[in-house]
Amino acid sequence: MKRLHLPVIAFLSVFFMSVLCFGQTIKIGFNIPLTGDIPKVGEESKFAAEMLKEEINANGGLLVEGKRYKLQFIYEDNESKAESAVTAALKLIERDKVLAIVGPNSSKQAVPGGQVCDDNRTPMISPWSTNPDTTKDRPWVFRAAFLDPFQGPVAVDFASKEFNAKKAAVLFALANDYSKGLAEIFRDDFEKKNGADSIVSYESYGDKDQDFSAQLTKIIAAKPDFIFLPNNYNEVALIVKQAHDLGWKGPFMGSDAWGNSELMTLCGDDCKGLFFSTHYAAAGATGATKEFIDRYKAKYGYQPADVAALTWDAARIVLQGIQASGKVTGKLKKVRESLRDAIAGISEFNGITGKMRFDDQGDPIKCAVVVKISDQGEFVFTESVCP
Amino acid sequence: MTASIIQNIFNALQWGSFYSLIALGYTLVYGVLLLINFAHGDIFMVGAYISFFVATFLLGGYAFGPPFGLPGWMVLGLTIPLTMILTSVVGVTLERVAYRPLRRKGANRLYVVITALMCGIILENGNLAILGASRKSYPELVDKVVYTFGSITVTNLKIGVILSSILVFAILQFIITKTKIGMAMRAISYDKFAVPLMGIPIDTIIVFTFVLGSSLAGFAGILFALSYPVLDPFMGALIGWKAFIAAVVGGIGDIRGAFLGGFLLGFVEIGVVAFFPSTYRDLIAFTILLIILCIKPTGLFGVAKTTKV
Repeated sequence: MKRLHLPVIAFLSVFFMSVLCFGQTIKIGFNIPLTGDIPKVGEESKFAAEMLKEEINANGGLLVEGKRYKLQFIYEDNESKAESAVTAALKLIERDKVLAIVGPNSSKQAVPGGQVCDDNRTPMISPWSTNPDTTKDRPWVFRAAFLDPFQGPVAVDFASKEFNAKKAAVLFALANDYSKGLAEIFRDDFEKKNGADSIVSYESYGDKDQDFSAQLTKIIAAKPDFIFLPNNYNEVALIVKQAHDLGWKGPFMGSDAWGNSELMTLCGDDCKGLFFSTHYAAAGATGATKEFIDRYKAKYGYQPADVAALTWDAARIVLQGIQASGKVTGKLKKVRESLRDAIAGISEFNGITGKMRFDDQGDPIKCAVVVKISDQGEFVFTESVCP
Repeated sequence: MTASIIQNIFNALQWGSFYSLIALGYTLVYGVLLLINFAHGDIFMVGAYISFFVATFLLGGYAFGPPFGLPGWMVLGLTIPLTMILTSVVGVTLERVAYRPLRRKGANRLYVVITALMCGIILENGNLAILGASRKSYPELVDKVVYTFGSITVTNLKIGVILSSILVFAILQFIITKTKIGMAMRAISYDKFAVPLMGIPIDTIIVFTFVLGSSLAGFAGILFALSYPVLDPFMGALIGWKAFIAAVVGGIGDIRGAFLGGFLLGFVEIGVVAFFPSTYRDLIAFTILLIILCIKPTGLFGVAKTTKV
């Protein structure tokens, strides 16, 4: 019996102590890719969240119903894998008992992660996921980014105008929900506007591929006016270089997954002059957006990409929801429920990536921008497209 | 059409070169020790990283770099031998720390194979823990020149990769068939118990095998990093597995088999993408390899033996 007592006592005392110590905190979980394919995305998410937390905790905490609560952010690594995103979400919901989860970032993890949060009745908001399935028929899941059905046509219209394009080629990652979904939306929209055979080449590649020469040879032989690449930044760097090696001199058009500060270190001169659609343009920003960029730059030493800004917005949406619901203590289930209702009820949110409000699917209605990569490697605003 | 076929032949030769170079390392170790060194793909990754650090160091990218600036070709000329030496040190260390103690204790080969798998995982995650998850961008050591003939384009790098892999194979073939140490290696693979009785130092030969195999992996790492200049800790896993398959299809234990098997896999992969929708690449490519193995289970050059792993 004695042997049994000790761990039980130890456990109970830790439990009570933690209640005493953290009784006045609000816990929010972050389900982000700190390692794996896109570690920079996770890092920027974490840094933006840390900045927000420090700012609010320095003021004594988040003001809810006249009382201040300290924020506690818990970062869980999902290794940029679908299955790890599920484990990370479960860990945050059950072990850490968070009020809400911010993340996962890319659709590959956000689609399965959203399912877990919806099943466990925990509010989740994905900063960066653009695939419709993330929030579809899931009342507990929200997002801060626009959707691919909106982004796809933006790319189509911009390319038709800028490159005078009548024929396009697509190269996408088969194992990535984001890339595959966006490629399909782009193909359907482009064919609708330019005729049935206007997509002259529609190629894919697998996980961890590094050689794209066969696909690119096929694409270049089909003579498209431009190549659409809805891929992660690390693959973009390799694809663009290899295409140039194979003699391609035409333009590329990319999507929001390009917008990472690591793109230019990996890609260098090859990526200069290319266009992609994204959530915000860091170069030439004004107002609160500029203030965020300047503070981030001063603190961490580089320009934040869209994912940092979107995480900032997503976390602030959660905080605004907490303030609106006014409930922090009490039964966790009830608190989560009132938080969900409060987020769904936000009439207009003024974020640093633009004004937005949620539709009944939990998706924001907001604008997209198209940026050009300048010769200095900056992402320069070219045009803004609103729904 | 012909133009794109010729273009794809060049693509396949380049891509097959990497499979060949890595498969040669698998097959060397297997030929001598009958050990499938599953850490080999990760030794290749370590080689790429070592060459990254050596090249950055020689280019003066670090505070403690050489005081004089070196031109790109000289940096490359120094990077290749340095990387090969350092990578073979890693390979030999693995042999000393992980494989030799097990061999001394007379452990079944199965356990050594599992140990090799674990070593691979340690290398990957050790790299991840030490260097962090962000990717490295390899410096451009060679001024890239694009040659265009009609609608066919090749770069000097592509030609360099293909030629050097053929050259490496020729050197290796010479060592194995024409030198005394090569003869000793073949003798060990023939009969591990009788050879020490003839006064051949078996451990020295095994170390030499690991030096050869790992320095090949290091060399492949340099060429790979030059061609695909984005390095990450898990880059060696998949290509290592596929190269192992290439070695098996070629007939594991025979270096001609590994060399041709590597190119065969490169041609099959590129060819499938060229003529079928790329979505089915791995499905069709590996079905073809499976059929080859069904017809000839020992691989193209393999000899049937009574015991296999």
